[in-house]
Amino acid sequence: MAGGGDELKLLGMWASPFVLRVKLALSFKGLSYEYVEENLRDKSELLLKSSPVQKKVPVLIHNGKPICESQIIVQYLDEVYSTTGPSFLPVDPYERAMARFWAAFIDDKFLASWLKAGRGKTEHEKAEGLRETFAAVETLERAFKECSKGKPFFGGDSVGYLDIALGALVAWMRTAEVRHGIRLFDASRSPLLEKWVERFGKLEEVVRVMPDIDRLVEHAKLREAEVAAAAANN
Amino acid sequence: MAGSNDLKLLGMWASPFVLRVKLALSLKGLSYEYVEEDLRTKSELLLKSNPVHKKVPVLIHNGKPVCESSVILQYIDEAFAGTGPSLLPVDPYERAMARFWAAYIDDKMMAAWNQASKAKTEEEKAEAMKQSFATVETLEGALRDCGKGKPFFGGEDVGYVDVVLGGLLGWIRANDELQGVKPFDPERTPLLAAWAERFWSLEAVEPQMPDVSKLVEFGKMLQARQAAAGEGN
Repeated sequence: MAGGGDELKLLGMWASPFVLRVKLALSFKGLSYEYVEENLRDKSELLLKSSPVQKKVPVLIHNGKPICESQIIVQYLDEVYSTTGPSFLPVDPYERAMARFWAAFIDDKFLASWLKAGRGKTEHEKAEGLRETFAAVETLERAFKECSKGKPFFGGDSVGYLDIALGALVAWMRTAEVRHGIRLFDASRSPLLEKWVERFGKLEEVVRVMPDIDRLVEHAKLREAEVAAAAANN
Repeated sequence: MAGSNDLKLLGMWASPFVLRVKLALSLKGLSYEYVEEDLRTKSELLLKSNPVHKKVPVLIHNGKPVCESSVILQYIDEAFAGTGPSLLPVDPYERAMARFWAAYIDDKMMAAWNQASKAKTEEEKAEAMKQSFATVETLEGALRDCGKGKPFFGGEDVGYVDVVLGGLLGWIRANDELQGVKPFDPERTPLLAAWAERFWSLEAVEPQMPDVSKLVEFGKMLQARQAAAGEGN
């Protein structure tokens, strides 16, 4: 789509790793867009209209048409802007299937376990969640080895779909490290991923959009206090 | 093995996820070898092909395994782009919409149904059914608004979302008897009810669909097993 009339708007929330995925994709593609910070406790008309089913961020609005769900948005950007910036998904159908498989694993297993570790209702559930998270990390280490084939990123020489999917969670991981001393990708358990995190975090396109860790730590403390207060009041 | 298209599907007859893959292969007119797995004694091949999840379906193409039904469907569509109809639309926005609704079916609708089946008290069950029905109503809305009067989610022809939802139809019909619930009630969700009839009777679909009475038997056995286990999962 050459030239003008191409309008991109991203509805987001600064602390959301799912929104960050989209910001990363836009950053790597070198695309300009209007960013709208949503107050998730007072959602805008536009958000409710654009994401009527889930009412969540991120929502990408392209020339007035909304796309929801972070992974779907990243694939959409990759397809529409196929000649702009790097391609996120590989060309070969089998490698694309591998990328989609691991992206699903990242959300359905890795992230799900981690959320359980943080938000589990009992100490037992949380401990189980943490164990499952570490197991998932080991699996992801193998995934990295398979996908990168000795190159610096999941996507090979340049950043790809999985680098974005997992990379967006790095800020949260750093927050967990600061607050709980838990290092998910450490040298003993996942040496390749540990190096990948450092490498990914230094990229200009990433630095540009990464949220401030100190701010995230404060935000996490506040949220936890709120949840605890709500539980105490029940 | 240049040019050969060796396709093998590891599956289980009652699995709706395996059914999705069978439907896609059938719609594309592709031949394949089907291997029925005993999920209580998983084959070497299954464990080797899907070491992460150890689940069916697994599609093995020229010796290379692809896992997860939605990943397999997209793979079939891309690897066999010149064969038979396309499952996903050409337009990127419509593709995004198809992916959205497919994800909704799995992450929201199926999750709600699973909750309903696990409900222990009458109260829990009623609440879960309400949630469940809300997701079905949303899907009815999708068919109405996105479908715009066309026969399928994919438009004039069957597409990705039709296959994703279609894979569940066997169990949807079985649950009518197992739980006394009509998920696609013609009174409340007429478009989905009509779609279900239409989809099931397609030439490429009907022969693939499971025997509903066998699913009911299987479902009863699972219920009994769950009850015996006490807590259930």
